[in-house]
Parts: sequence; C-alpha cells; structure tokens
Amino acid sequence: MSIAWYLVVSALIFCIGAGGVLVRRNPLVILLCLELMLNAANLALIAFSRMHGNDDGQIFALIVMVVAACEVTVGLGLIVAIFRRRLPIDVDQLRELQG
Amino acid sequence: MSTTTWAWLVLLFPLLGATINGLGYRRLGRVGAGIVGTASIGLAFLCAVGALFSLQGHDAEHRALVSSLWDYAVTGDVDAKLSILVDPLSVYMMLVVTGISTLIHLYSVSYMKGDRGYARYFSYLNFFVFSMLVLVLGGNFLMLIVGWAFVGAASYLLISFWYRRGTATAAGIKAFVINVVGDVGLVLGTFFVLRHSGTLDFLGTFRAVHGGAFDSHNGALVAGCLLILVGAFAKSAQIPLHTWLPDAMEGPTPVSSLIHAATMVTAGVYLIARLHPLFEAAPAAADTAAVIGCLTLLIAGTIALTQTDIKRVIAYSTMSQIGYMIMAVGAGGYVAGLFHLMTHAFFKALLFMAAGSIIGAMAGAQSLDRMSGFRKAMPFTFGCFVVGGLALSGVPPFSGFFSKDEILAFVGNRGGWFVAPYVVGYIGAFLTAVYTWRMIFRAFWGEPCAEARELEHGHLAHAEVPTNPANGEEEDTDVGFPGPEHTIAEWALPMKVAMTLLAIGATVAGLVQIPEVDHVITNFLEPTFADSKYIHDEAGSGLVFFGMALGTVVALLGIALAHRIWVAKPGSAAAWRERFKPAYTLFVNKWWFDEAIDLLVVRPFAAFGTFSRRTFERVVVEGTLVDGTTSVVRAGSAAVRAIQTGLLRYYAALLLLGGAAVLLYFLISAS
Amino acid sequence: MSAIVFFIAAIGAIAGAIGVVALRNPFYSVLALVGHLLSLAALFLLLRAEFVAAAQVVVYAGAVMVLYLFVVSYIGGGSLQQLTPGGAQLRGVAAAAVLALFAELAIAILGSGLQAVDSDGAPYVTGFGTPAQIGEALLTKFLFPFEVASLLLLVAAVGAVVLARRRAGTTLDDAERDAAHYITPRSLFSGTMAEAVGTVRTPEETVEAQR
Repeated sequence: MSIAWYLVVSALIFCIGAGGVLVRRNPLVILLCLELMLNAANLALIAFSRMHGNDDGQIFALIVMVVAACEVTVGLGLIVAIFRRRLPIDVDQLRELQG
Repeated sequence: MSTTTWAWLVLLFPLLGATINGLGYRRLGRVGAGIVGTASIGLAFLCAVGALFSLQGHDAEHRALVSSLWDYAVTGDVDAKLSILVDPLSVYMMLVVTGISTLIHLYSVSYMKGDRGYARYFSYLNFFVFSMLVLVLGGNFLMLIVGWAFVGAASYLLISFWYRRGTATAAGIKAFVINVVGDVGLVLGTFFVLRHSGTLDFLGTFRAVHGGAFDSHNGALVAGCLLILVGAFAKSAQIPLHTWLPDAMEGPTPVSSLIHAATMVTAGVYLIARLHPLFEAAPAAADTAAVIGCLTLLIAGTIALTQTDIKRVIAYSTMSQIGYMIMAVGAGGYVAGLFHLMTHAFFKALLFMAAGSIIGAMAGAQSLDRMSGFRKAMPFTFGCFVVGGLALSGVPPFSGFFSKDEILAFVGNRGGWFVAPYVVGYIGAFLTAVYTWRMIFRAFWGEPCAEARELEHGHLAHAEVPTNPANGEEEDTDVGFPGPEHTIAEWALPMKVAMTLLAIGATVAGLVQIPEVDHVITNFLEPTFADSKYIHDEAGSGLVFFGMALGTVVALLGIALAHRIWVAKPGSAAAWRERFKPAYTLFVNKWWFDEAIDLLVVRPFAAFGTFSRRTFERVVVEGTLVDGTTSVVRAGSAAVRAIQTGLLRYYAALLLLGGAAVLLYFLISAS
Repeated sequence: MSAIVFFIAAIGAIAGAIGVVALRNPFYSVLALVGHLLSLAALFLLLRAEFVAAAQVVVYAGAVMVLYLFVVSYIGGGSLQQLTPGGAQLRGVAAAAVLALFAELAIAILGSGLQAVDSDGAPYVTGFGTPAQIGEALLTKFLFPFEVASLLLLVAAVGAVVLARRRAGTTLDDAERDAAHYITPRSLFSGTMAEAVGTVRTPEETVEAQR
C-alpha cells in the first residue's frame, strides 16, 4: 500500500480524536482522545520516515511517545487531585475561567 | 523729563496704589489705605499736569508722541505693542480723569469711613482709574480694548461692592453683560478696520484712512464704525444699551460720581473723538451717532422727570448729557463735545457728592418721596446742589451754559437735517432744567421731614433696621456693607473740600471757552483734530448769540415751571400726572426698555439655554454621543465576553476551527 | 498479503478510535484504546519500524494504559459517575469541524505535490528501523533530545506525585467538604470577570439589586 493510505488513516484517526475531545465531558475520556490524536501523529511520522528512508521520523515518534506518557501522568494526577477534593469530574462543571 | 515719561508715571501711580492697597491692606489699616489711594491719584494728577506743560513745549505739528514699552506680538498684519499716544486729546482726558478722581478719592475718605471694605474700595477705585488712563492713553486699538475691558471689570467690581445685596450683584451683572456686548462690537469693529488698514496703531490707521485705504472698501469702514459705535453706546449708556446705568446706582455714591458720571461713561465720547478720521470717512456711522445721541437726550430727560430715587434722577441726567456729547462728536463738534465732557464732569460729580451727603442725612434712604425741607439743616449741601443744578440747567455764567450752547450752536451750524437735533437739544435743555429743579425743590423746600428736623437739632438720623434702599428689604451690616454710620458733608472736612473745589470748577470752568472771547480748549485740542473737516467750522455770531439767549430763556422757563409745580402750588404735581397720564405712564416705566430687552433678548436666550440643556445636551450629547458610544462599546465587549464561557470544550472547539481555517487558507493559497 | 494485513490493522485502529469516542463507560474506552494501540503497532510493523512498534506495545499499551486503568478504577466509571445534565451540546459543531478538518487533510494528502506519497516508500536499506540503528541515532544525532526527554520524564513523575499526594488530614472518609473550601476564594475586587459580569456580587450590590 502506498504511503498515502497510511496518511489517510492517520488523518482519520486524528479527526476522530479531535471530535472526541469536543464531545466528551469526562476528563479521562478527553485525555484518551488526546492520546488518539498523538498516535495519529505518530503514524504519520512513521509513514513519512518510511517514505524518505530516513529514521529521523521514528526517533521523533519515540520522543512523542515519551511526551505523551509525561502528559498522561500529569493529567491523571490532576484528575486524581480533582477527585480527591470531591469536585465533579465533569469538564463542563469546572468553569472557573468563565467571565 | 520727556512727555511720554510723565505719561507713563501717570499710569504707574494708580496701578501702584491699587496693588499696595490690594495686597497690603492688613498692614496699612484704615487711614493708610485712604492716604495711599488718594495720594496715588494726586501724584498721577501732578504728573498729568507735568505732561501738559511738557507737551505744550513741543511745537504744534509735533504734539502726537508715541512711546512703546514692549512689543507684544508684531507679525505680518498685526502689530500689538504696549504703546501710549500722548497728544492734546489724551492729555486733556488724563487731566479730567485724574483731577476729578483725586477729589472723589478725597470725598470717599470720609464717605466710606464706617465701611469694612475700605481698603478693597480704594484698591478697586485706583484700579478703575488706572484702567481709564490705559483707555485714554492707549496708542493702538489693543491698548484701547484692554483699557475698555478693564474699565468694565472695575465698574462691575464697584457696582456690586456691597455684594451681600442681591440687587447690587444683579446690577453689577447687568452692567457687565451689557458692557460685554459693547466689547464685542468694539473688537469686531477693530477687526473690520484692521483688515484694510493693516495696522493696529492709531496714527498708522489714520494715515491709512487719509491715504485712501478705505476708498474702495467704504462698506467695511462703515460696518467697522457702526460696530465701534455699539461699543461706545454700551459704555456711554445710550439707547438701546442704556439699561444698566440706572441700576448701577446700587454702588456707593462716590462710585456713581466717578464712574457713572465723570469718567467711564464718557469713554464712548472719547472713542468717537479719537477715531474721528474713521468716522469722518464713514458719515453714515457718524450720523447714526448723532441721531442716537439726540434720541437719548430726549428720552432720558423725559424719564428723569418721573423718577423718585434721587440717584436715579441724576443717573438719567447723566445719560441725557452724554447724549448731548455723543450728538456733538457725531456731528463733528469734537471740541464742543469734549468741553461739555469737562464741565459735565465737574457739576455732575458735584451733584452726586451732594446727593451722597443728603442720603447720609436720610440714614441711607434715597427716595425723594421721603425727603423734604433740608434747606435749613444742610446749607452747604444745599449750596452745592444749587450750583450744580444751575450749571446743569445751563444758566449763565455757570459752566454748563457755555458748553451746552457751544454744542447746540455747532449742531445748528451744520444745517440740513441737523435742525431737528438742534430743536430737540433745546427741548432737552428745558426738560433738564425742570427735572433738576424738581429734585432740588422737592428735597430742600417744604416742611422739613423727620430726618431734617433731627438734623436741625444737630443729630444725625439713624435707621434702626438697615434696609436696602432699592427694595426695602432688611439687611445686616456685616462685611461689605455700608457701616451703620453715615456722614454728611457739613461734618466732614474732606467731603467739604472736594465739593468746594468741584463747585468752583462748575462755576468758572466755562470761562475758558466763551464764544467770541477766548478759545482755550479749541486752541489746545487743535493739533489732534487738525485733520478734521469740521475743526474750522465756526458758527456765525448771529447763531451763537441767538442760541445763548434761547438757552438762557429755556433754562429759566424750566426752573420757573418746576418752581410753580413743586413750590408755589404744592400738590399740583398730582394734577399734572393725571392730565398727562399716558405720557406719565410711559416715562415712569422708563419707556419699557427693560421689559423690551427682557422679551426680545433675555427670554429667547434663556429659552435657548433651557432647550440646549434639556434637549440638545441630554438627548444628543449625553444620550446619543456619550451613551451611544458607551453602549456600543458595552455591546461589543458583551459579544466578545460570550466567548469566555469557561468551558474547556468550547475552547478546544475554537482551537480546532481556527486550525481548520488556517489549513484552509494554506490549501487555497497553495493551489 | 501486506494489503490484507494493512486493512485489518487499519480497521482495527479506526474501530478502536471510534470506540474510545463513543463508549460511555470509561473502562471500555480505555480498552478500546488498547486495541487501537495494538493495531497501530501492526501498522508500524508494516512500515518497517520494528523498534517503534515494540516500544508502542510495551510502553504505550503496556505501561501507560495500565496507569490509565488504575486511575479509572480509582475514580470509577460508568453508572457510578453520572454526568450531571446540562453543559454545552457541541455535537453539531464537533461533527462539522471534524468533517471539515478531515476533508482538508485528505485534500492536502491526496492533492499534494509530493510524488513519493503514491509510492511504497524509499528502497529498503537493511537495518532500517532496527534497534541498532535507532539506538545509534539516539546516542549520536539526537543525543540532546534524548537527554531532555529523560529530564522531562523526571519532571513529570515528580509533578504527578506532588499533584496527587494526600494533604495531611484529608481522607476519603472525611466528611463531605464544601468545594468552596478547596477553591481558594478570591477576594472581592480582585478583578475576576465573574464580578464584572455580575455573577459574583459584593453584599452591598446584592442588597442594591434587590431593592
């Protein structure tokens, strides 16, 4: 399959992930959808790396994975903290930024 | 010392006096303030005499000396300098102003004795004299206008001197507003003249006029002169801008004497005389001045017949006499008009001073209805009234006779339509005699009133409750008020000295200009008016003598009529009033000028102001402009604020949509 | 052959993605993501990225998702956590945005000037994507990002501990506390927009408004 197929799949997954971020209200699920988007980016990177025959893209993808892991860690820590304080785990309720 | 140095000194001393009194009144104390005030004007008078002698030392062609202290703004068309012009006319005016002012300051030293605002009074009065001197000494339109405005301000300050009285402050405001109307006319007129003459300087302007700068712009000159006349009429209380002068009697009597009899109101006469080249090149304006002067003298004379407040009678008399002067200078009789200015200053100031004395005897009351029979109690005041009254009525050999007849002879000699003002002038002289002697007979003949009887026993009457003479309301004798004590001339030496000197002046001042005999004033003023076409218009001896005879007859007839109505047949005044009821109503209501101005000017302006506030200000400016702007901003910010929902997903949606838009842009631009 | 694997993996990935978005229970969403990750690993293998594929399975699906599961079970999911009604309905906007984005990306990919996109990629060089090559690159060309990434991991770990630690005296068994106690109340007139809009009022203003 030509590279274009992989790229299209990547685009599709990215868009699904974006839609999920917009639609879901549970912050955990939003983080999961964020993961989807990151993975789609990874797929695109790997595809291009294959296209060029250069492994720079794969290393980039590895670093992205590291970053994703860190981000998940901190995000989940936040959610745990929110849960500990008995606040609703609902992104629509946490709106102190309103104004 | 050069002439102009004398003139600068004349300006300096009153200014110093005003400043010292104004700033240092706490240190000076009562006596000091009086001395400083009077001495400064006395010194100014001496310097004016010095200027006179110094000026006469120059030969006749070189008697117009200009001295400039400082160039304020000299640019293309405008040369604004602090310069004075010393020539016979300004020296003449200087002498009159400083001379009369010295005597009035002397009078005020006693008259204002019990007043808490003593130093303030002298400071204001000195400031007034300074302003008047700036006006007459000014060598260009700028100094004239500055002096004009200052004089108006000084007049306001002095009219509302007893500022706790509502009537006084209202009168001050009225005077100031009408003065400002005149100021506007003066400034606009100056502009019209400046546009084509190219210079503010008087001598330069006159040269331009003679050189033909206005030959093709005569309309501008006429317009300019008419506007300048507006200024002159406002300052000299001519119809229709005269309504402030009777109300200005709210000020202390010396103020009325100085400002509203001898000096400030003559500024209009001085103005026309000074600008005579302009007026002669614009005969329409000069004739307008003559007509207005003529009307004023008649109307004011009729009103004075019916007034009961003694100061108002004298005020309307002033208005009438200035009408004579304006008529004279409008017709081209500059010397005659200025001569009458001088004699009028003497006898009118004297009359006001004497009125102040009798008001003091009445414990502040000013109504003729309450005065009678003071002849025995106040002989000196009575004598002054008689001298002043004879001079005012124009009985020979008093000064008023010579000056008034010279005016009327000149006007008659002009011929043509000037016959009408000539006749009206004599009618006015008749009325003058009647109202003057009405006042004197009513106040001094008849049964002595209570205050007169008290005075005969050597005791000055005292009002238990001080009241405002204008409207009778009670007032307290707190700051600014006339003190509880009043003075009369018989008991105060400074007042006696001043009034005696003025009485001597009123008697003999006319002798300097007896027709056919001597022409002191004419010869003195000739260098200034050498370029006038009327300066050598001598009335024929026949006309002169006829006029003198007619004047005497008219005056004596007037006195006789007044005697008949108010002395010989007391009570017949009421019968006359009944017989001429419509005329009486017209005169006693002052020809309804106040009401007319209220209807035509004051009410529309007030309505306009209310309209502006209610409709324009509130709806347009506040509502539409200000509120409109703020509501637009508020709506905009409310719209923008709607984005700040605080919802995470909204922000994410915005991000995504933004990203999609950017991507779209790049897609489109790449294809 | 590779085409079939590709399609199976692709469908798996997409199905997993849809599952993450659509499933109500967070547990199931996590599981769907795990499936998605495994499919993605297969796709990576097809693209000759052996090491990355292995790392994906071991690290991502193995460690990160397990962490996720821990948290989801801690917090609870499904019917225990009913989302309160209300909140914004972004369904339509989301659909529109997503469709627009996908269309643009597709156009960008398919209409791009890159010729190589249509090909199978560059000729295969032995050792492409092997751990040896990746390791060598990481330690030579990409040494700096490598070290920084490790630092990042350290920071994240410390941060997570700090965020989620227990404060003294607070346990889950403690009495219900008011959320306001944990949200540091801002003083009045500190400039929050809520004040400006009128949601928060001073006591005087409340009295004023009631009058």
